Amino acid sequence: MTDDLMRSPLAGVTFTAPFVRELPFLAMVNLRVGTFPHPLPGPNRVGTLDGRDVLWLGPDEWLVVGPPGDAPAIETLLHQALGDTHGSVVDVSANRTTLAVSGPHARDTLAKGCPLDLHPSVFGPGHCAQTLLARAQVVLRQVDADPTYHVLVRGSFAPYLAEWLADATREFW
Amino acid sequence: MRLPSGGRIDRTTPLTFTVDGVTHTGYRGDTLASAMLANNVLAGPSIHLGRPRGIVAAGVEEPNALVQVGPEPMLPATTVELTDGIEATTLSGRGRLATPNDGYFDKTYAHCDVLVVGGGRAGLAAAVEAGRSGARVFLADEQPELGGSLLSTPDTWEWLDTVVAELASFPETRVLTRATVFGYYDHNYLSIAQRRPGGGRLWHVRAGRVVLATGAHERPLVFAGNDRPGVMLAGAVRTYLNRYAVRPGRRAVVCTNNDSAYATALDLLESGAEVLVADVRDEESALAALVRSAGGEVRAGTTVTGTTGSPWVTSVSLGSETADCDLVAVSGGWNPVVHLHSQAGGTLRYDDATAAFVPDVARQAHVSVGSANGELDPVHPLWTIPAADGSWDTHFVDQQRDATVADVLRATGAGMRSAEHVKRYTTIGTAHDQGKTAGVNTLGVIAEALGAGTPGPTTYRPPYTPVPFALLAGRDRGALLDPARVTPIHAWHVARGAEFENVGQWRRPWYYPLPGETMTEAVLRECRAAREGVGVQDASTLGKIELVGPDAGEFLNRMYTNAFAKLPVGTARYGMMCTADGMVFDDGVVLRLAEDRYLATTTTGNAAAVLDHFEEWLQTEWPDLRVHCTSVTEQWATIAVVGPLSGRVVGALAADLPPKFMAFVDTTVHGVPARVARISFSGELAYEVNVAGWHGLAVWEAVMAAGEEFGITPYGTETMHVLRAEKGYPIVGQDTDGTVTPLDLGMDWIVSKRKSFVGKRSLRRPDTARPDRKQLVGLLPVDPDDLLPEGAQLVAPDTPLDPPVPMLGHVTSSYRSAALGRTFALALLRSGRDRLGQVVHAPLADRTIAAIVTEPVFYDPEGTRRDG
Amino acid sequence: MLLIRCPWCGPRNEVEFSYGGAADVVYPPDPDALSDAEWGEYVFVRDNPRGPFAERWVHTAGCRRWFRAVRNTVTHEFREES
Repeated sequence: MTDDLMRSPLAGVTFTAPFVRELPFLAMVNLRVGTFPHPLPGPNRVGTLDGRDVLWLGPDEWLVVGPPGDAPAIETLLHQALGDTHGSVVDVSANRTTLAVSGPHARDTLAKGCPLDLHPSVFGPGHCAQTLLARAQVVLRQVDADPTYHVLVRGSFAPYLAEWLADATREFW
Repeated sequence: MRLPSGGRIDRTTPLTFTVDGVTHTGYRGDTLASAMLANNVLAGPSIHLGRPRGIVAAGVEEPNALVQVGPEPMLPATTVELTDGIEATTLSGRGRLATPNDGYFDKTYAHCDVLVVGGGRAGLAAAVEAGRSGARVFLADEQPELGGSLLSTPDTWEWLDTVVAELASFPETRVLTRATVFGYYDHNYLSIAQRRPGGGRLWHVRAGRVVLATGAHERPLVFAGNDRPGVMLAGAVRTYLNRYAVRPGRRAVVCTNNDSAYATALDLLESGAEVLVADVRDEESALAALVRSAGGEVRAGTTVTGTTGSPWVTSVSLGSETADCDLVAVSGGWNPVVHLHSQAGGTLRYDDATAAFVPDVARQAHVSVGSANGELDPVHPLWTIPAADGSWDTHFVDQQRDATVADVLRATGAGMRSAEHVKRYTTIGTAHDQGKTAGVNTLGVIAEALGAGTPGPTTYRPPYTPVPFALLAGRDRGALLDPARVTPIHAWHVARGAEFENVGQWRRPWYYPLPGETMTEAVLRECRAAREGVGVQDASTLGKIELVGPDAGEFLNRMYTNAFAKLPVGTARYGMMCTADGMVFDDGVVLRLAEDRYLATTTTGNAAAVLDHFEEWLQTEWPDLRVHCTSVTEQWATIAVVGPLSGRVVGALAADLPPKFMAFVDTTVHGVPARVARISFSGELAYEVNVAGWHGLAVWEAVMAAGEEFGITPYGTETMHVLRAEKGYPIVGQDTDGTVTPLDLGMDWIVSKRKSFVGKRSLRRPDTARPDRKQLVGLLPVDPDDLLPEGAQLVAPDTPLDPPVPMLGHVTSSYRSAALGRTFALALLRSGRDRLGQVVHAPLADRTIAAIVTEPVFYDPEGTRRDG
Repeated sequence: MLLIRCPWCGPRNEVEFSYGGAADVVYPPDPDALSDAEWGEYVFVRDNPRGPFAERWVHTAGCRRWFRAVRNTVTHEFREES
């Protein structure tokens, strides 16, 4: 659920390359916990929890991602699952926005700024990593084998990263 | 001259080019150098002596033929691919940088199992073998086409075609041509400079293993007049003949100390040239018979001892005899290209048979193969060849530096013993070519001069060949050089005409000038609004960390100098943090959101550092504490509404207001969820409105609309600094510098006596407890219109200004105050609190400003204004 | 560009990490019980060996976990540690 007062960090930005776009307002809830009653994905992997995607961020940290407006429901879900167990549930939906980069040029585009090995034998659908893209810290996630990547970036860095992507895709578009 | 047939040039594509304004023609497949040779064009004269010089080599080792092409200076003509319309200017060792270089340069990362450097015979064999295994292979070669020295040997071209085709069939093998691997760094990380049309690409490659198939560079022989145009490396002559169909001379003398030059002699003979081989070795080579049967002459135990001709060579001395010639092809042996092996940390050893330094022990996962590994013909080393008259002045060791044997002898005569010292004394090896043809010969000359064994080699460092700065910069230019972090309200600030200030990577509004207003006028106006009416600032850049867990309060107690465990839910407290050395690290307000949940704010520039600091102590010292930290800096947009009328503005939008100073409520503002806190960094009644980042702009605009009737005035960081300085609130990083304790700031009240915290023990170290430490004080210039420059040093009155001048401290903050109607400053001053009421001087370049030392609180010291 | 193995995320480029100095320097349980000299030793004095050195690193651009690693200060070689 969104309202018309909301404005994403990249509102008004036009992406010249059609294979780059913003997915604004996704719900994101940060979970930090030692033991959790439901299985959570291991290092560098994406799992699911009650229909939401769960991205591994660290040995005791995950990011639960849902559609826009889903954050309160996710928070409730996590709090209920935790019960009396100590854990941290924090809504960080507005902390980051999401850029989707997809298609045959996606890998070469990202390789211009991401030091990770994105070869399909190393990093494939269901993989995620916190790393650098150009000079911005990002959460990088491969969604499908097209390949489609999601780049989660903090709002303040988003205009910079959008400009960087526009430049990096110039040779392809 | 160009031969009528042969070579790998495309004779159907003639190309026109100019050198120093003179038009010539060549062919696709030529280098600028081969086309110059085909047209008998000289290189530029030498750098110091102005001697005529010609092309010597066919690759990156070329010492003479430097040219400028467009914005690119110092290109060896031997490495410039000929294209139509090239306008080259010959250089005498110095080019000119064009600014800006508007070529398109970028960077990319790459990963592979095997990186093969060099696409010659050995490199191709290694790449094919690795490729067949299915490994991810990267093959980089500096030439436009693969083959390396095979390109100079037509009888291997069929094999070459087969291998190149097989490589192309491997899906996981990537071939980069025009790509020079110039740096080999730790953990098999290599840099490749790739030339591309109109620019280039910098590759950063992480390789599992590296195969160094970098080949070898031929050494010249050191005889009198060895720099005369027409004296060339024998291998280069062969390359020009076979690859480019250019025969650099019709009557050739081939002078060698090894067998490799016989191939050149034979190819010259086949091209119709006359050839005399002068072999310095007494024992005749087995290849001599081949030369003779092809019509050439061979003399063993003979060497060239001098040359004549102007500018081109016309004859050589062979001891007492003279031989006419227009080409001298020389070979003094070969140096394996061990640069990358050495850069990787590998060691070298001197090999007597080849008189060359060869790879010894590799330190990283790399192996050298082929001639790079010393698989070369044996040579009879001959470092110097005396002239008939005994002089050494034209025996050039480093042609690009115009350095001769005489120069080396001067260095050793002056007492230099190590190659490094001789290099610095003579500049040998420091030119653009980094001594690729000079290095080993120089070591040989030094060894001969000192009568000692061969000196050790110098260490090779990146880059192997010069790399344009434009390539290293890549796309890191303009807006892409460094991220400009902006808040959700940024577009409004821009539209309002704000001037911006960089705070770390953030762009923060500095002040908002009205048309025609100076900065001073704008800031005085903004300050007045905040003190007398209502001002508003975008404070979204403040760092925010949510701490959750039953031990969050205990953790904060240990991190901050003051206590938080008993802070009531719904209230806030200002806190200060030290590092273990007791110095102020950061400060900010902490809110207690729930029994087990706090929100700590940090200074804008320190947000990441504070979170790292928290995590370090939690993870490494107190893993038993049940508390987790999450950065929420950008979850929230923060709007500070400040001034006596702020309550009326916020009250018009908020469903609820905090009941008192340092309290907050979770409510709605302008209909969206918000947290409103009564926090003041100015001493005035003030509200901090926090909403989700994506609501920031809409709520800011609503605040502006609601405040319109009260003359609400947006203000920037400069006004914020003035307002807080009037109250004596220090800014961490401006009024502190990592050597300042909370006590130095006069903030004893914030340092808990009861609980323990990080840094507490340091506060009673003898040095931190000294009474004569620098302490934060206020300064009021005696002339109320005089503005002290920030950073100005302070001295006692009547201090003589002869260095060393005893300094008492320095000005940390200095402003004009609308509220005070005068200037004022904050300073760190030795024994400052003992100097209250005294005068200190700030000596400037043109005058001295006198100021009275005061308490650092200038405005409303009783704090009556914060409740409106 | 060193390749540093984060125990959680795997090998990553050096730029993703921050250096934390010597490892195994334990915060004294009761700082007040220490003499000035002992406290100064804890705060300021560190070894600077040529060769293997136990260090702390934090994967700043990744999982933000601190970890211990033994690096040879001459060769930059990391030794696997349990």
